[in-house]
Amino acid sequence: MSINWFKYSSPASFYSLAGKITPIFAFAAVILLVAGLYIGFFVAPTDFQQGEAYRIIFIHVPAAWMSMFLYVVMAFWAGIGLAFNTRLSSMFATAIAPTGAMFTFIALWTGALWGKPMWGTWWVWDARLTSELILLFLYIGFMSLQAAIDDPRRADKAGAIIALVGVVNIPIIYFSVQWWNTLHQGASVSVNQAPSMATTMLVGMLVMVFASWMYSIAVILKRTRVIILERESHTAWVAELQKKGTVQ
Amino acid sequence: MLMWIIKRDLLLAMRRQSDVFTILFFFIIVVSLFPLSVGPEMNMLRTMAPGVVWVAALLASMLSLGRMFSNDYVDGTLEQMLLSPQSLSLLVLGKALAHWLVTGIPLVLMAPILGIQYDLPIEALFVLTITLLLGTPVLSLIGAIGAALTLGLRGGGVLVSLLVLPLYIPVLIFGAGAVEANMAGVGYDAHLSLIGAFLLMSLVFAPWAAASSLRVSLE
Amino acid sequence: MNWSNLSEFFSMGGYGFYVWGSYVVTLVCIVGEILLISNRHRTLEKQHGLIFDINRKRDNK
Repeated sequence: MSINWFKYSSPASFYSLAGKITPIFAFAAVILLVAGLYIGFFVAPTDFQQGEAYRIIFIHVPAAWMSMFLYVVMAFWAGIGLAFNTRLSSMFATAIAPTGAMFTFIALWTGALWGKPMWGTWWVWDARLTSELILLFLYIGFMSLQAAIDDPRRADKAGAIIALVGVVNIPIIYFSVQWWNTLHQGASVSVNQAPSMATTMLVGMLVMVFASWMYSIAVILKRTRVIILERESHTAWVAELQKKGTVQ
Repeated sequence: MLMWIIKRDLLLAMRRQSDVFTILFFFIIVVSLFPLSVGPEMNMLRTMAPGVVWVAALLASMLSLGRMFSNDYVDGTLEQMLLSPQSLSLLVLGKALAHWLVTGIPLVLMAPILGIQYDLPIEALFVLTITLLLGTPVLSLIGAIGAALTLGLRGGGVLVSLLVLPLYIPVLIFGAGAVEANMAGVGYDAHLSLIGAFLLMSLVFAPWAAASSLRVSLE
Repeated sequence: MNWSNLSEFFSMGGYGFYVWGSYVVTLVCIVGEILLISNRHRTLEKQHGLIFDINRKRDNK
């Protein structure tokens, strides 16, 4: 039984597939979110050191992980789109960028709000926070480059190149920021040792991480469908969809 | 082949001398602005000097990135270059080195003089010049990728800086860090070797990436 | 159960502003993102609907 890998690589079939599985992921995201928040707020004990402020971890850490993970996934699909000239992969990369940028912003925002009670200042030039900020610049660079180019094909390819160049630079930026941070150690307080995690805290955080995964998949699939519709509006199968009046 | 393209670009650049000087004056003005804003207090200026000079060099070299390919793009020679049997990466490497010679070298020569303005000790001036000498080619090479990607786009100039600045950060950190380490009496050779590593990496990868960007832009 | 009554829950051991500040902004971002996409989807439908009507009228003629 040979698996037809390319069955869903055409925008038309992917469109219907995404239409079916998006609600499943959305539903899973809601369930996990509620469970995670419940564990986070009602089961996890008060932290002896940080009091209640540590509960921000339940969105700060998932957002930070998601922002980095989504950039790598975006670069992967952009690379596939560039190499195999498959339009759908580039559409997928374009769809991932806004969600990744949003998670980066959330990670920075919650990091600052968590830093205020813990370190006394809104912004600390901690190595990870600084790399997160640079990651936000990379996302914005990718999105603005794609927005500046009218022809979608060229936008995909140009975006793919800047995403691949970016993903090669992420470890370099991270380690140079790390080195820079230890170089000026006196100037800032850095949180290297993760707070000792009670099991329930850890479980709460992991559930939230999975919730953010499900949420990202659902939102990215939904945005991919919108991009497909935008780009394929001239095709027959979209006109077919109109006749049935089901553009959902 | 490489020499031909460098000579050609230098010739073109020499015809319009004003471009070279505008970038140099931009560098001088930006560096001189900081004492006016921060105050003449010498200790403050001395600690700020490496960062200010490096950021000014970064911005100055970025100013002229837009013009690296656009003149040839407008009059069609860039397309001829794409069609030529020569490898496009070599051509792009030539253009990036020509851009470095036109913009990078003047900055390197001017940096020590501006360093004196910030009362930097002699050895720190020497380190500043060396790091700039090694760092500015990296700026031109990575900048070539940005210039190739934003070819012919409206508002391309601003977009290049948005694309390329995050990629300049490692060179900036170790460039300014080397001078600061030297002033603090700590050895700066680790920083220097890392900048050298960035230079080698960008010499290998940047032309290839910029060449593929050119092919994408000119499709 | 860590909290006896609601007001204690919102005060969050004195860190209420920070904890709820971050959770509210996250909620706004997520809901905002979802609304943006569905809005984009709806405008596309309207747009396609219009084009489709125009084509239909032309074909009927």
